Amino acid sequence: MTLKSLDDLRRLREEVQKEIETRQGAEVQIIVGMGTCGIAAGAREVMTAILEELARRNIKATVLQTGCIGMCEKEPLVDVVRPGEKRITYGHVTPRDVPRIIGEHVVNGRIVEDLVVGRAN
Amino acid sequence: MNLFRAHGLVCGGTGCTSGGSPEIRARLEKELAAKGLDKEVKVVTTGCHGLCEMGPLVIVYPEGTMYTHVTPDDVPDIVNEHLYKGRIVQRLLYKEPLTEEKVPHYGDLPFYQKQKRVVLQNCGYINPERIEEYIARGGYSALAKVLGEMTPEEVIAEVKKSGLRGRGGAGFPTGLKWEFCRKAPGEPKYVVCNGDEGDPGAFMDRSVMEGDPHRVLEGMIIGAYAIGASEGYIYVRAEYPLAVKRLRIATKQAEELGLLGDNILGSGFSFRIHIKEGAGAFVCGEETALMASIMGQRGMPRPRPPFPANQGLWDKPTNINNVETWANIPDIILKGGDWFASMGTEKSKGTKVFALTGKVRNTGLVEVPMGITLREIIFDIGGGIPNGKKFKAVQIGGPSGGCLPESQLDLPVDYESLTGAGAIMGSGGLVVMDEDTCIVDVARFFLNFTRSESCGKCTPCREGIKRMLEILDRIAAGKGKMEDLDLLERTALVVKQSALCGLGQTAPNPILSTLRYFRDEYVTHIQDKRCPAGVCAALLVYRIKPELCRGCTACTRVCPVGAISGTRKEVHFIDPDKCIKCGACMERCPFGAIVRG
Repeated sequence: MTLKSLDDLRRLREEVQKEIETRQGAEVQIIVGMGTCGIAAGAREVMTAILEELARRNIKATVLQTGCIGMCEKEPLVDVVRPGEKRITYGHVTPRDVPRIIGEHVVNGRIVEDLVVGRAN
Repeated sequence: MNLFRAHGLVCGGTGCTSGGSPEIRARLEKELAAKGLDKEVKVVTTGCHGLCEMGPLVIVYPEGTMYTHVTPDDVPDIVNEHLYKGRIVQRLLYKEPLTEEKVPHYGDLPFYQKQKRVVLQNCGYINPERIEEYIARGGYSALAKVLGEMTPEEVIAEVKKSGLRGRGGAGFPTGLKWEFCRKAPGEPKYVVCNGDEGDPGAFMDRSVMEGDPHRVLEGMIIGAYAIGASEGYIYVRAEYPLAVKRLRIATKQAEELGLLGDNILGSGFSFRIHIKEGAGAFVCGEETALMASIMGQRGMPRPRPPFPANQGLWDKPTNINNVETWANIPDIILKGGDWFASMGTEKSKGTKVFALTGKVRNTGLVEVPMGITLREIIFDIGGGIPNGKKFKAVQIGGPSGGCLPESQLDLPVDYESLTGAGAIMGSGGLVVMDEDTCIVDVARFFLNFTRSESCGKCTPCREGIKRMLEILDRIAAGKGKMEDLDLLERTALVVKQSALCGLGQTAPNPILSTLRYFRDEYVTHIQDKRCPAGVCAALLVYRIKPELCRGCTACTRVCPVGAISGTRKEVHFIDPDKCIKCGACMERCPFGAIVRG
């Protein structure tokens, strides 16, 4: 594929920027509890669902894992942190809840109240 | 498109590669697949991060966690604990040498705090074998700007405004050199990249060519446009096979995308790059010898004028610049000459890459703004001298440079102040020495090197260096005379003033600088027949301290020449006439009773 113009180069750059985005860190962070309790409760499937949803909607977000925070009863736990906003923890998250969390909270800033466990102070 | 939530960056610089990073990469891929994470975690091999002492290095993003001294057997922990569960593997983190504090994040390492990585910005961050990653980081945007919006004269003006000076060591203003070449009559014109980095211990250019080859290509294409050249050569030393390989891949990828070749990006400008491997001669780093080598002739320098800008390759106008100089061009175009000139000192703008080696904790590659002091580089960035030893000297500029003592450590790093102190900036090799290094031995080492590499064409270099080396050999053997020092100095000055090329002209520098700052060490060798650092073998005296000797006869039994006398419970004695100074007795003595000096 030859670049025949400056525009071609610009288009290629936009396309490939996604490839190294993970190294740059996005503004939105999604943190999945991946301690033993989380994994036992099904956090891996939730993680996979999150990655699929982000890819499907072409959203830039940093996906991290964390260990057991003590609320084992409520695992799988997923935290969403948007810049300048409070960190919200969702509990008993299932893969089916993921599209709502991503669509409502990550994209539009609307907290999914029925899934919320706690707010960080 | 697959969204990789994490990237595992394995350092593929030469240091880490020889430390086993390919095996680490393979193991990483295997463990990720076994855990079902291969679609979520991308494995990337990058160029050199500069912290070579701590390699092999693996950096995990998005966290930016840096793991040091990684072995293939550490990989399961990295995968199971960090990539799967998010738990950082504490034992692999960088530890502050004095406080033992662990530093998880790459950007927080004290090593990087005083650095300003411009030329090295992509090294360790991108996969150098993928042009896409270079482009994603803004690569080739400078070229786009040049071809779309700037005339050749405007490009030259911007480079002149930046104050960029040649990074190969001579420090000639780059913009001015380009202008000379542009104005010179003749066709076709050539641009050349000097990648023949020959200084022992220098690996700045190697890391750029291996870690971010496209940056060099982009600089050359911009330069060729500014000068009006249609062909370019990259002269790489053959001792850098990885650099050669990555440069070849890079040029091929650039050609495939149409960034090299005919009608680049539809601008009408055409330019091709050829890669020429060197054949092992240090003198071919000298520009006229380099050009001779490209033309298929024996690598020997010739007098200048005529300068390459007027008559170079095949007598046509040729612009030769060092790898690092070319690598500075893209950002100068994108961010402006004023931005570049805002860094550094009044006469030395921008940053400089140094290879920090020798007796220093953090050996590796650093990039600092001009004007930083040597003390900051060696102690703040380098972590100081290990094993509780005392700093003695720092050699700057390789075999062409000089040794500076502690009193000069607060000198700002800039072309003029280093020259004034008797050293040179050189291409960026910094060798730190401690109290166990013998200055006379250092001067001998460098002179031995330049003597072997002398092309033999001119008498001062061919004969002069050899004679100076003979004097140094005599001094190191305990056969020197005080008159030798004057002879050494006189010869050094004559060679410096009359040699044909830079090799001969600068070969005496190690001698002149060590005589200037460490004269008494020479005098001790000559008058006391003693080597204070305990290095020069002929001057070493091994003796047994009577107050510590227990008469155990262990040393008498290991001495290969039977030079030690004494029976059990008797204080032993080493006969200096029989002693061959092998050191076996000192190693064997369980009471530390044998000393050397």
